[in-house]
Amino acid sequence: MSDSKLDLLQGTLDLMVLQTLAAMGSLHGYGIARRIEQVSGDEVLLNQGTIYASLVRLQQRGWISAEWGTSDNNRRAKFYSITHRGRRQLREDAAYWERLSGVMKRVLAMAEGQGKS
Amino acid sequence: MDWLRHSFQRFRVLFHGAALDNDLDVEMASHLEMAVEENRNNGMSPEEARRQALLKFGGSTRAKEEHRESRGIPFLENTWRDLHYAIRTLRNDRAFTAIAILILALGIGANIVVFSVVNTLLLRPLPFANSQQLVWFSDGHVGGLSSVTYNVGSYEEFRRLNQSFQQVTAYQTFWGSSEYNMTGHGDPQHLQGVMVADNFLSTLGVQPEFGRAILAADCAKGAPMVVMLSHGFWQQEFAGDRSVIGRSVTLSNQTATIVGVLPASFDFPSVFSPGLKADFFLPAYMDDLREWGNTLAIIGRLKPDISISQAQAEAKILYPQLRAAHPEWFADYTADFASLKDYVSGNLRRSLFVLWAAVGLILLIVCVNLANLLLARMASRSKEFAMRGALGASRSRLIRQLITESLVLSCAGAVCGVLLAYGVTVYLAQQGSIGLPLLSSIRVDAASLIWTLFITVVVGILFGLAPGLAMSGGDVQESLKDSGRGTSEGKSQINTRSILVVSEVALACVLLVGAGLLLRSFLRVLDVDLGFQTSRVASLQIDYDDNDKTEKRVAILQEILTRARALPGIETAGVVDMLPLDRNRSWGFSNPLRAYQKGENRSAIVRIVTPGYLGALGIRLIDGRDFNWRDGISSEKAVIINQSAARYHWPGQNPVGRLANCLGKEPVRIIGVVADVRISSMEASPGAEMYVPVSEGSPEGNQLVVRSSLPPDQLTPVVISTLRELNPAQPATTFIPVQSLVDHSVSPRRFFVLLVATFAVLGLVLAALGIYGVISYSVTRQTQEIGIRMALGASPRRVQWSVLSKTMRLALMGMAIGALASFAASKVIASLLFNIEASDPATFVGVLLLLLAVGLLAGYLPAFRATRINPTTALRFE
Repeated sequence: MSDSKLDLLQGTLDLMVLQTLAAMGSLHGYGIARRIEQVSGDEVLLNQGTIYASLVRLQQRGWISAEWGTSDNNRRAKFYSITHRGRRQLREDAAYWERLSGVMKRVLAMAEGQGKS
Repeated sequence: MDWLRHSFQRFRVLFHGAALDNDLDVEMASHLEMAVEENRNNGMSPEEARRQALLKFGGSTRAKEEHRESRGIPFLENTWRDLHYAIRTLRNDRAFTAIAILILALGIGANIVVFSVVNTLLLRPLPFANSQQLVWFSDGHVGGLSSVTYNVGSYEEFRRLNQSFQQVTAYQTFWGSSEYNMTGHGDPQHLQGVMVADNFLSTLGVQPEFGRAILAADCAKGAPMVVMLSHGFWQQEFAGDRSVIGRSVTLSNQTATIVGVLPASFDFPSVFSPGLKADFFLPAYMDDLREWGNTLAIIGRLKPDISISQAQAEAKILYPQLRAAHPEWFADYTADFASLKDYVSGNLRRSLFVLWAAVGLILLIVCVNLANLLLARMASRSKEFAMRGALGASRSRLIRQLITESLVLSCAGAVCGVLLAYGVTVYLAQQGSIGLPLLSSIRVDAASLIWTLFITVVVGILFGLAPGLAMSGGDVQESLKDSGRGTSEGKSQINTRSILVVSEVALACVLLVGAGLLLRSFLRVLDVDLGFQTSRVASLQIDYDDNDKTEKRVAILQEILTRARALPGIETAGVVDMLPLDRNRSWGFSNPLRAYQKGENRSAIVRIVTPGYLGALGIRLIDGRDFNWRDGISSEKAVIINQSAARYHWPGQNPVGRLANCLGKEPVRIIGVVADVRISSMEASPGAEMYVPVSEGSPEGNQLVVRSSLPPDQLTPVVISTLRELNPAQPATTFIPVQSLVDHSVSPRRFFVLLVATFAVLGLVLAALGIYGVISYSVTRQTQEIGIRMALGASPRRVQWSVLSKTMRLALMGMAIGALASFAASKVIASLLFNIEASDPATFVGVLLLLLAVGLLAGYLPAFRATRINPTTALRFE
């Protein structure tokens, strides 16, 4: 497990971005990518470039908004922040993930050979 | 609401794509800089810092592509970009684009033209309201016009008694002979008038453009004569002056009042008698026509809920009753109902479908040819596509790119094709002399354009798919390697192209065989023994006033002919009422000594002639003598019959000198037998025919037939001025070569042959191009190999032979398949052929030889080029 990284499931990146923005407030793309890497403990395989597709998708759905600004080290960057509707969406998606991972956990917890009893 | 907003956002992106791309570039650049900076702060060297940042970021092109896909409507946006790209690529390769568009324009244009013809003649309803209710009456007899027509009594009785029709109407079928001499409006003119029953226009659902229609009162005996003008004649003669209503014109010494003008959309001859003209319409005076025998063509309009077979069932009961009630009627009338549409164009259906099939084959050949061209082009573009593939373009994206390109091509071709078709249809619509119905209304209409769109898309996808599939079968790595000249590379492509060429040759073979058979039929038709001569013979409509007195008529005609024959340049002259291949009528005719079965034909086509007519037209006298001016006047009545009549009514006997029953009660002496003359068409063998001198029957028109060494236009003024000395009212008619009757008669066949032959030649050229393209391409690919072989001592002849044999292999395979397919296809067109077997060996052999020759020629050029390959250059080429 140490060497290979996790491939991101379809749709999970969007949720991570939303959660990151909800937790951190306004951030630029690089910041979001780094934050996700740090939180995941470098366990996910993230091509940082793909974050921008996710960002534009979320933006178009009206879940995040973007604004040009200047980064700490004086670079022009787009700063993204979560919108009201984004928060609502995040709650729904997070609940869904909780349920799904709970189910997955229970399913995977079945010991082998249990079916015979 | 959300989805709406979202869609709107995405749609907006279509128009702001560039700005968004730009934003993204800035964002990504900042991103990388930040990453580099962080890495450097972590103690990396500048190079390592950048390398790691890039690595982390992943492919920037891919990121952009993903960005684009998630932000917009990728389908539309990609299409838009594909379109741009396609147009740019095509513009860079002008020669290819021009050839492809030209081929497509020809193929699609030909299809639009044929579709327009088919649509007008077969698919579109006749230009009358609810035209599906219109029914044509034919009594099922074969022979002259009068055996498919009805007398006034039977028309009136059927009209009165039937229950199936809303209306039954009639027109006088000898309207072609209803020539009127219009005086008092400029020079005297010959006009064609059609006598129609009072309800003719209302049955067809035609309203006058202005003025009024012909009413029942106008048709009564002794009613003042009224006329309705056709739109064309009104425009031409009265310059569209609406005040013509109420004006009087003099038609053949009768004063008539103009009461109405018909709309331009009502083109009577194009429906009922293609190739002729109708200047005006006048009432059919039924009481006058009553004595004339069979003169009426009947058209009915069915009641809305009655089918044609129900009407037929009623007629089957009604006609025997009518016949029983009217023993005085000459003919035993029946009726075979056909929809008016079937009557007008039904017999053209097969020809038109063959034409449609031919043009469809052309389209297939065009597709195959373009697929071939595109494949050749793919070879040189394989690296481009491999590169795009390596950069992350999916295979389906690349195929879509290719199909976009082919659609751009086919659309461009379609646009040119529509222009081409527009020109051709306008030209066709003006060919009034072609004996095809409804031709004047042929045009590229909405239906044609929809059809165009359909075939354009189908064609574009078809020929775009071939290179697409070939590409997706290819190996990216292989293409990327800088080879391109190896002998193994592109082998599968060459195979695909070979299959395409073989099918192209096969398709061309089918077309050529079909065209060859039709062409040979056409030549056979032209070769038919007409029974009369057309060279140096011309005819002119003459007019005289005989007050319906036989003696006066004979005297006038004798005078006219004496003077005409005295004119310089005129060798012989005669007068006939109806020329062969033009119009005809039939009268009763039989052998009083022969027993006839019930229903056996006892009629013959009749032509009223002067002495000298037979000689002027070059009709061969087999036995007996020609008429003289005493026949029927100072000596007994005489008649001349044709060989068919002799054989039919006097089998095994010589009828000359015998008596025949015709022309009333007294038997008439047969004084001569002449060779058969084609009566109504070149293709139907003639039936019984008789010639009656002007002293014994009243002529239906007067054609002065002369044989002269002078051309018709030099003859006309001299003859007209001579005729005007005798009759100042002689209209300004002109001599028309008798050949034009033949031309008119064969015009539909000529029309079809011309079109099919054009398509076949087009197919042949395309097939030749296909062969040339493939062989030429393979020679180019093998330049190096050929160079080596020649360096090793292969003679140019050997090299040439190897190229030629490859060509021949393809051509022969195509020919073999094509010959089999043609054999099957020729059975379908068998009924369109004339005096020729569907499996005519000469045609098949000829076509195969032609294909072989063209194949050899197409292969010879590249083969010749192969022998000129210089081994040193070829090897250095590496």
